[in-house]
This record gives sequence, C-alpha cells and structure tokens, in this order.
Amino acid sequence: MLKPGRRVKRSRRGDYELSLPDQERELLRSLPGQLIDRLEAGPDEPDLVRLFPPAYTRDEDQKAEQEYRGLMGTDLLDRHKEALRVMGATLDAERLDEDQMAAWLIALNELRLVLGTRLDVSEDQIPPAPGDPRASGFALYSYLSWLQSQVIDAMSGAL
Amino acid sequence: MSGQVRGIALAAPMAPTAPAEVRQTSGSTKLRPDRPWLVIVWNDPINLMTYVTYVFQKLFGYSKAKATKLMLQVHHEGRAVVTSGSRERAELDVFRLHEHGLWATMEQSD
Repeated sequence: MLKPGRRVKRSRRGDYELSLPDQERELLRSLPGQLIDRLEAGPDEPDLVRLFPPAYTRDEDQKAEQEYRGLMGTDLLDRHKEALRVMGATLDAERLDEDQMAAWLIALNELRLVLGTRLDVSEDQIPPAPGDPRASGFALYSYLSWLQSQVIDAMSGAL
Repeated sequence: MSGQVRGIALAAPMAPTAPAEVRQTSGSTKLRPDRPWLVIVWNDPINLMTYVTYVFQKLFGYSKAKATKLMLQVHHEGRAVVTSGSRERAELDVFRLHEHGLWATMEQSD
C-alpha cells in the first residue's frame, strides 16, 4: 500500500523536496544502474530500441538517417545514461536542484519506456490480475508513472 | 509523390529555357527554394499526456494552451507537426525530443 503524501514538491527557494519513504527508495535504487548496464551492453535489444527512434523515415532520406545516427547516436546514448547516473547518485537526496530534478524526469521516463515496451502496454491498459506473472512488472510501471506525474506537476511550476 | 528524385540530375526534356533540376548534396532534387523541414511527434502508448505537454513547453517555449493542443493532436490523430525550420534546426529539435523519450521524426514539407 502506498503511503499517502506528495513525493515531490517545488519549494519556495526554487529547488525540489523529495520525500520518498525508504521502501520506495529501495524499490528505485537498483533501477538506474541496471538500465545503464543494459545500455552499455548493447542498445540494440528490442526493449531498448524505443530509446533510439529514427529521425528520418522517408525512403528518400535513408542516407540522411545513417549520417544522423553516425553523428548523434553516441550523444543520445550518453544523454540517456547521464540522466540515469544522476538519478542513481541522488537516490537518497531530500532536496534536488533544477538540473537534478530534470534528470529524474528523463530517467523515470526512460525506465517507463523500457519497462512499458517489455510489458507491451497499450493505451487503455487493464492491469493484470494479482496472480499473473506480469503483475509485479505492471505494479512497478504504475508506480513509476505515478511518481513521474508528481515530478511533472512540480516542475511545471518552473516553466 | 513529392517529386523528389534521389541522387539523379535530370536534364530539362525540351525547351532549352526550361530550368534543369539541380542535384542537392543531400541526394534529393528540388524545384523550389528551401522547403522547411517539419518536426513530427507520433503517438505512443507509454508517454504520459502531461509529460508530452510539459516537453513541448520546455523545449519550444509554447504556452500551456498551445502545448496541450499539440499533445491532443498527437493523441487523437496519431501525429502532429510541432515545429518547422531548417534541416539543421529540425535535427537538433528531433534530438532533443529523443533525449526526452518522445517519438519524433523529420521530413521536408511538400
């Protein structure tokens, strides 16, 4: 059962208060590192490709696509890893600055993209029954969505 | 068809005063001055609507109303053109959208 109370709040000072219960910090703790390891092992895995979409899709632009990937592919991988690294490094923080909070936002989204792809979620997804082997994956996915919503809410105040 | 022919320079067929198509370094031909590149965001079942709206505001400086309208277009119609400009600018915008996990592509307008 999730404890009540907002997890993420923008303070008057312009930084962010992160009030995560210990069990949620433990739930999140290994996730960024695991995804970094997988990205480093090879970003071609089926559930990771969603993090590297094509820029050009028209037939006549395929040369441009190859050039784009050659030029930007490593940068995109680095950006993905950096957001995860920051989230991992600040897992126990109670206050985050704007850049750190932005990294959490992107990292949480990446985790959702990979997990969501693995679970093959659809837009009007009905959660599986508790006995279903996918149930814990969906529970984690729901939690990450809920947490990300709070981050978006808090960060919208800074726009 | 958009009239783009990849990598082939075509001579004008008849009258010597008809303009020749010019082969561009990108490999495509064009008859009109620089057509803008469109940045398109596609719907996906994972990204939160609030997140997509936020990213549009953050990356492009759109008002919440405009960002929401574009997000709803993505959601209901499957895609929306979120910005347009030079090819270089479009590539940068696509990269930033990819960094934020959105499914974005670019194509030259017809």
